[in-house]
Amino acid sequence: MAVSTPRPAHRRWGLVLLVAAGGAVGSTARYALSSAVGPSDGWPVATTVENVVGAFALGLLLEALLRRGPEDAWARRVRLGLGTGVLGGFTTYSTLALETERLLTAGRPGLAAAYALVSVAAGAVAALAGITVAARRARAGAEDAR
Amino acid sequence: MTAALLVAVFGGLGAALRFVVDGEVRRRWTGAFPLATVVVNVTGSLLIGLLVGAQLHLGLGPPWFTAVTTGLCGGYTTFSTASVETVRLVQAGEVRAAWANALGSLVLCVAATAAGIALVTLAAR
Repeated sequence: MAVSTPRPAHRRWGLVLLVAAGGAVGSTARYALSSAVGPSDGWPVATTVENVVGAFALGLLLEALLRRGPEDAWARRVRLGLGTGVLGGFTTYSTLALETERLLTAGRPGLAAAYALVSVAAGAVAALAGITVAARRARAGAEDAR
Repeated sequence: MTAALLVAVFGGLGAALRFVVDGEVRRRWTGAFPLATVVVNVTGSLLIGLLVGAQLHLGLGPPWFTAVTTGLCGGYTTFSTASVETVRLVQAGEVRAAWANALGSLVLCVAATAAGIALVTLAAR
């Protein structure tokens, strides 16, 4: 008898729909924030806030799930719905690239470089902060249980 | 309201597309470097460039333009995953790969957007 390999997550319609639902929520939240907050002295503040907050939250979520142990079906739904869907949809790389290109075209290379590099650096620091907070909380929880 | 609804629908579509493309790249690429996210972000940046070029030269209406740029491209590309993957590379001691991921993604995505705009500009002449 042939051993059937489980269908990968991205080919399961229920999970694809879950990611789509999360992506709809995250994208709408990003759209609302970007509509409400305009650039400050040319700096796209809204995108910076969305990307840095989203990077922190994803670091926190993924590390917290990782610390729970092997991933069960519910943990996977949480990771795909909230992480891949909501937070993936809330943050954006294409808008970051477009805004950087528009600043370059507008003759503001210094601002373009600062915006792009600060975004990437702050994103990495925020992701690390999220991971660190989740790791500490998991360790503290483990010690309390002792 | 219409624009927000369109962003929700296209944002969901973009996120689902990212999930599928990411999964298909991961099936073929098993290296430590997070190539799948780079592929998603660079292709999404090229697409937003093509769309902005189309708006500049062909005039695409505001609600639909917002739906495909903010919604589809925004939902498809992801900054949060790219940031977490950079940190994971540093944690794994792959510092050079982390730099390559962070700065390489940035340069490639901005270049892809510029290329998209330039392609439509050339085609519209």
